[in-house]
Amino acid sequence: MMTRASTDAAPEAGYNFAYLDEQTKRMIRRAILKAIAIPGYQVPFASREMPMPYGWGTGGVQVTASILGGDDILKVIDQGSDDTTNAVSIRKFFERTAGIRTTTHTREATVIQTRHRIPEETLQEGQVIVYQVPIPEPLRFLEPRETETRKLHALAEYGLMHVKLYEDIARHGHIATTYAYPVEVAGRYIMDPSPTPKFDNPKMHRMAALQLFGAGREKRIYAVPPYTEVRSLDFEDHPFHIQTFKDPCAICAATGVYLDEVIMDDRGGRMFVCSDSDFCEERRACGHRGSMLAEAPAALTGGNTHA
Amino acid sequence: MYVAVKGGEAAIDNAHRLLAHARRGDPSVPELSIAQIAEQLALLVDRVMTEGSLYDRQLAALALKQARGDLIEAVFLVRAFRTTLPRFGYSEPVGTARMEIRRRISATYKDLPGGQVLGPTFDYTHRLLDFVLAANGEEPVPPAEADVPQDEGGTPRVTDLLDAEGLIEASSAALDGSPVGDITREPLSFPAERDLRLQALARGDEGFVLALGYSTQRGYGRTHPFVGEVRVGEVEVEFTPEELGFAVPLGRITVTECQMVSQFKGSAAVPPQFTRGYGLVFGQSERKAMAMSLVDRSLRARELGEDVVAPAQDEEFVLSHADNLQATGFVEHLKLPHYVDFQAELDLVRRMRAEHERGQAIPLSEAAE
Repeated sequence: MMTRASTDAAPEAGYNFAYLDEQTKRMIRRAILKAIAIPGYQVPFASREMPMPYGWGTGGVQVTASILGGDDILKVIDQGSDDTTNAVSIRKFFERTAGIRTTTHTREATVIQTRHRIPEETLQEGQVIVYQVPIPEPLRFLEPRETETRKLHALAEYGLMHVKLYEDIARHGHIATTYAYPVEVAGRYIMDPSPTPKFDNPKMHRMAALQLFGAGREKRIYAVPPYTEVRSLDFEDHPFHIQTFKDPCAICAATGVYLDEVIMDDRGGRMFVCSDSDFCEERRACGHRGSMLAEAPAALTGGNTHA
Repeated sequence: MYVAVKGGEAAIDNAHRLLAHARRGDPSVPELSIAQIAEQLALLVDRVMTEGSLYDRQLAALALKQARGDLIEAVFLVRAFRTTLPRFGYSEPVGTARMEIRRRISATYKDLPGGQVLGPTFDYTHRLLDFVLAANGEEPVPPAEADVPQDEGGTPRVTDLLDAEGLIEASSAALDGSPVGDITREPLSFPAERDLRLQALARGDEGFVLALGYSTQRGYGRTHPFVGEVRVGEVEVEFTPEELGFAVPLGRITVTECQMVSQFKGSAAVPPQFTRGYGLVFGQSERKAMAMSLVDRSLRARELGEDVVAPAQDEEFVLSHADNLQATGFVEHLKLPHYVDFQAELDLVRRMRAEHERGQAIPLSEAAE
């Protein structure tokens, strides 16, 4: 798998390579292996306190710390971008504690830690994508009790979820879930894809890369092995649809990608640009030009400040 | 007006520099030393040690200084340090009957073996601001000497006295030699046994545990409690290294212990007797130890065959929300950008509003988004 021997050259004095001690990493790797063996099943693990707050990616950070080797190349994104503050902070954490190479290029990375997005670029075999998960339980807002939800999963009793989706259709005419849209993995477990927009759900289906999910506060790890069936829940007469955008990216002209709405002024001016900043930059480097490239603020077109 | 949505490394570095500056405050005011915090804000240090689950006054004081006095932030710093420490093993159970008593009171007996020892307490002080302290204070008069030296053999606990008469249930730990769980090494699962519940309560947020304990007094899972005893003092911590095979002392710590005695009407199998609620925290915090013992007793509802009707009796509710680090982290993570998800919701709301305006019941196809 992806666990290569750690180098013993830890750059941050007093801490082990990638912060966690080796026993903890072993414990987490065992949980990861179990998660891979039972796709979509939430494996409890003895989540550690991390030097960043719960809810800010401690689960993802622990998974990443446990699988990183000295020759891995790490990419960290939040909201699709390498330059959002929390992504910068987590990337710096691993630069400091593991001394490994980092990158913003999706293709170059061996491990990608993400919050809320899957990169637009198709992930490849050998890559691992680590999702930060706030609430791993897809049934949580239908049933607050863990004792109950574990039972429901054990019995594959997912009627609650289907009723919820049906009620959405009855009330709104469509399923009113736009992110953290539930999926069925390998025909068995219903899984929360983490709060990615449902736009990204189809990318999880038969993805070539290994998908790992870490929830630190809730102490759960789950996984989707490469090339696993991931089906977004729907009904025959109400098939699953992803969001589409009317116009292409205003600065790189990409279509079929997820766009962020950027408010330009206080008079209703706005533009839509790629959420995946690396994807957008590469397209512009290849000469693609969006309709508003000239007038876009430098904070968007200047790309990331990270070398 | 342009609203920047992306922040870079330079912004983070500058924010941290500004924070360090703000922490120091006015440079014309002398800087606080760790020793000053440890000595003069001792109860705050106790609380950081308790909720940080690490008995180290110096580190707790340092954490408070670094956190600008933000208690939960200080707990966070201590926990993040603690988690990196290697685990050599578990200490022997601490013998609180052999505690060197600094304070000990019982509400159930007027007098009892070992006596009532008032000790350093705010109880019975009049809460009037002392303006002499603001004017840099004066040396306090030296404490009075005790008339009677403490019994070398220790001070029996009130519950032991009740136990001798069979009036109180036997301590479950005394009956059971099974190993004690560890919520920092194993994920908590439900139903959680009492060892795990007590651990979670001990490190749980004082305010949260206090409010839950209070709720049981106001009828939400009433237990008719009496303070059998609250004691504060120093106990020895012992550890048995595998290679030695006998216990060696590691040092002394200050703890506060509360034994709450509450009613139990009995059942077909068990005669009426008193039941126990237990609280133990680092340092001196009677409020936390008492609240903990109330909630501990309430959480035993399942074990004692009582109806679970109140929040304080619901272990999933209590244990899942008692940890202030988990709570603050998840509440404050709402500060992180959520614009990708918000975009999806924005789109949905716009679509539903458009539908609403047209007064149509016909669903829009999503391809029209």
